[in-house]
Order: sequence, then structure tokens, then C-alpha cells
Amino acid sequence: MEAVLLGLVLMLSIFLGFELISKVPATLHTPLMSGANAISGITIVGALVSAGAGASGVATILGGFAVVFATINVVGGYLVTNRMLSMFKKKDDTSAGGQS
Amino acid sequence: MSVELINVWYIVAAALFVLGLKQLGSPATAVRGNLLSSIGMLIAVVVTLFSQQIMEFQWIVVAAAIGAIIGAVTAQKVVMTSMPEMVALFNGSGGVASLLVGWAALYKVGNTSFTDVTILLSILIGGVTFSGSVVAWGKLAEVMTSRAIVFGAQRLVNALVLVALVACGVLFCLEPAVDSPYLYAVIGLSLVFGVMAVIPIGGADMPVVISLLNSYSGLAACAAGFAINNNILIVAGSLVGAAGIILTNIMCKAMNRSLANVLFSGFGAVKTATKVEGEVKPITADDAFLILEAASSVTFVPGYGMAVAQAQHVVRELGELLEGNGAEVTYAIHPVAGRMPGHMNVLLAEANVPYDQLVEMDDINPRIDNIDVAVVIGANDVVNPAAREDENSPIYGMPIINVDSARTVFVLKRSMASGFSGVDNPLFFGENTRMLFGDAKESISGVIAEFKG
Repeated sequence: MEAVLLGLVLMLSIFLGFELISKVPATLHTPLMSGANAISGITIVGALVSAGAGASGVATILGGFAVVFATINVVGGYLVTNRMLSMFKKKDDTSAGGQS
Repeated sequence: MSVELINVWYIVAAALFVLGLKQLGSPATAVRGNLLSSIGMLIAVVVTLFSQQIMEFQWIVVAAAIGAIIGAVTAQKVVMTSMPEMVALFNGSGGVASLLVGWAALYKVGNTSFTDVTILLSILIGGVTFSGSVVAWGKLAEVMTSRAIVFGAQRLVNALVLVALVACGVLFCLEPAVDSPYLYAVIGLSLVFGVMAVIPIGGADMPVVISLLNSYSGLAACAAGFAINNNILIVAGSLVGAAGIILTNIMCKAMNRSLANVLFSGFGAVKTATKVEGEVKPITADDAFLILEAASSVTFVPGYGMAVAQAQHVVRELGELLEGNGAEVTYAIHPVAGRMPGHMNVLLAEANVPYDQLVEMDDINPRIDNIDVAVVIGANDVVNPAAREDENSPIYGMPIINVDSARTVFVLKRSMASGFSGVDNPLFFGENTRMLFGDAKESISGVIAEFKG
């Protein structure tokens, strides 16, 4: 039953994803991708959970490395997306905005 | 914290991801959207840390600190032209994280066979994403040849790897164990398969590959979510998966190719375009200035060559001068103008071009007849009329920006060599085309000097 519920979650989020992302304008596709990199860093949660207390030493090591990689995605992804998005300025306020 | 409460917080985090993506729908709200999304991530991480069964604390701190430092430094240092490389590497690190999470989940006792299958998928997709992304990075960063690498029995080898991968996967699922030899075989073969899948794809098709790998990194996270029964991974992973698939589709359409054609075209025969011959009409910066000064509408059509020449700042300066002169200035961006989706927009935004002046191909084409001057800078294939007219052209059928319909076309070009795909471009011989030879940055600076002088 649990597998079915997870499957339902999967299906709904895929449809939701298609609806949301098809509305992102072409101008923002690069930040969308780096933002997606950040979101896929959600595996950090999996890394923390799966190498949980009581797990064997190997699992802890695997989990530790997973945390490193996932954190790169989360931190790097959000920071670089923010850096890019801050560059997008409307006409008239371009004079105020400098380069990053 | 109880499992129920943790899951409630995961719902909050998922809602923030969704809202964040929704606000990415407009450049005006996008910064806030990214912030919302990152708050969602923070909530998910903190709540997980509060749960009872997390790994030992000192490990987390060390691991997270290493990751955070690498991530933060890369995010600050990366130059905008190298964005595709960075995204490729991030795709890879997402993939390897999922591989490791799946692997670690094997050590949990009492997994159902459904869980074992999802663990396998998480390892497999993660592995393919990782090695494929590393190869994609290598091609983009030109640490290896960016050409398609093909050899005789490639299809056979790939088929064998795939069959072996599936076979080992099935054998592993029949008797899952942490020390199963099939586990190591699956890890090894998925890494090999990722490499084999990306090497036959040529440099010009990299935007498709990065988008696809972006999608895979999401799917890998999704599979990892199934492996450890975690909703938030499934939701976030499928959002990323959907994003990657949509972008892959847009890129394929923009090149008039099917995904299968992009992935396997390295194997196919190459068509040769009909050779076009004619006489080009070169002009000098002085002449270009006179025409531009009289123009009431100018559109710039940038390609990656503009970024290579670092000409975007002078282009923006010229654009401002033209506006001051009363002309309407736009920047027409082809979907595959850069080296990844939306790349050119970021490069222009970095040069302070306002985003309301960036127009898409489908918006500019219907009104391009009324444009006085179209200035093509470092673009070739995306403005090549052969894509419309020459059935023998390798890019035949690809939608292009119809600059040849504009009243006058300036093509800024270093010399008369052909473009990335080696296609001859009839645009250069067009009646209304004027060639401005030389370094794009110097040429534009020359025109700017005329304006100021």
C-alpha cells in the first residue's frame, strides 16, 4: 500500500512540475537549471536519514560522502542561482544595478 | 520529533519548493522564488536533523562544512560563460549523492523487494548521471575533445553494456545483499554506461545533454526517495525531473531534432549542404555607423561567439547609444544561442541589458520585416537561411531567426570560416547583407567611437 501512495505522490508531483515549469520564460532557463540543481540536493535529507543511528560503519561513511555531494548542490545551487537572478534588471533600474 | 510531525514539515518544505518554482515565472519575482525554495530546503534539513535516527553529529558537521565550502566557493567564482560546466558538475554531484544514498539504504535491515528494486534504480540512475555529467563537463570545458567520439562496434558495445547492466540488476534484486558481487557490477556498469551514452554526442548538442542529465539527477533523487520511503525526495526529485524533461524538449525542438536523433546521431551519416557561392559585401565601421544612425529599429542577434569575444558590454553600450538616438532596440535570442538553455540571456543580463529588451525567436520573427537593421554577432547556424531552404543542409528544418528578412543585416565575423556545424551560410551572400569583418568587440567599439565622435 505504501508503494502505491508513494506512486501517487510521484504522479501528482510530476504533473505539478510540468505545469509549473512550462510557465518559466526562456529568459530564466539557466537559473531554472541551477535552481533545479539546488533542489535535487534534497538527497541531503536522504543522506542524513539513510545513514541513521545504528547503521553500520560503511553506511555512515557512504552517508557522509552523500552529505558532502548533496550539500555542494544545495549551497552552490542556491547561491549561483541567486547571483544570476540578481543580474536580471528591468529597463530604468539598470543604472542602479552593477555587475556582481 | 514524531514521524508525523516530520512529515508535516516536509509538506511545508514541498510547498515552498512549489511556490519558489512558481515565482520563477517572472524575472521580477524570481529572486524571491529562489529564496523561498532555499528556505524550504533549510526546513527539510533542520527537521531531518531533529529526527531520531540521523547519522552521528560530528560526521554531519564535517561533511556539510566541506560540501558548503566547495559549493559556496564555486558559486562565487564561476564566470557566466562557464555556467554550463558548473551545471554539468552539479548534475553529476546530485547523481553521485543519490547513488550513495541508495547504497547506504541497503544496509538497513528488513527492506521489502520493492525497496530493493528502488535502491537498485537509485544506484543505477545516479551512476549514469554521475559519469555522464563528468563526460559532459569534460566536453564543455574542453579537457577532452568536444567532437562526437565514435568507433566501429559502438552500438554493439553499448548494447552489451546495457544487457549486462539489466542482467546484473535483476540478479541483484533476486538476492539483495550488501556484499553481492552484482551490486558492484551494477555500480561499475552504470558508470561505464553513462560514459558510453555521452561520448558519441557532439559539442553542439551539449545543451540537450545537460538538460537531460539535469532531469536524470532529479529522477535519481526520486528513486532514492522510494528507496528510503521519503516523500520530500520524491516530490523535489520529480519537480527537477520535469524541469529537465521540459528543457530537453525545448532544446530538441529548437534544433528540429528528436531526442533519439540527438542521442544517437553520432552514429548516423552526415549530410553535406549544397555549397553556396556568391560575393560578400564587406563594410567598415564608418558605413555601419551611418546605417545604424538612420535606423529606427535595431535588433541584435547574439550567438555564443559574442560571449567568446567578450563583446556583450560594448554591445549593450551601442544599444544604449542607439536608443538615445531614438531607435527601438531589441535582442533576439534563439533558444540554442548559448551553450545551455537561457545561457545567452544570463550573459546579456550580466552586461546590464534590461530583460524587457530580450525577445524570443517566435516574438521577433513575425515583425522582423519591419526591423531596419539586424546585427548578427557571433551567431551562425541560428540565422542560416539554409535551414529553411536547403533540404540537403544538416540543419534543414531547424527554426531560425529570419534576419535575412530584415531591411539590412550586419554580420560581424572574424573571417570567412564556416560555423560550428561547418555549414555554409547563404546569409553572407544576401542582397541586404553587409559583412563587418574583424573581432566583434573591436568592430562594435569602432561604431561606438563614431557615435561619440
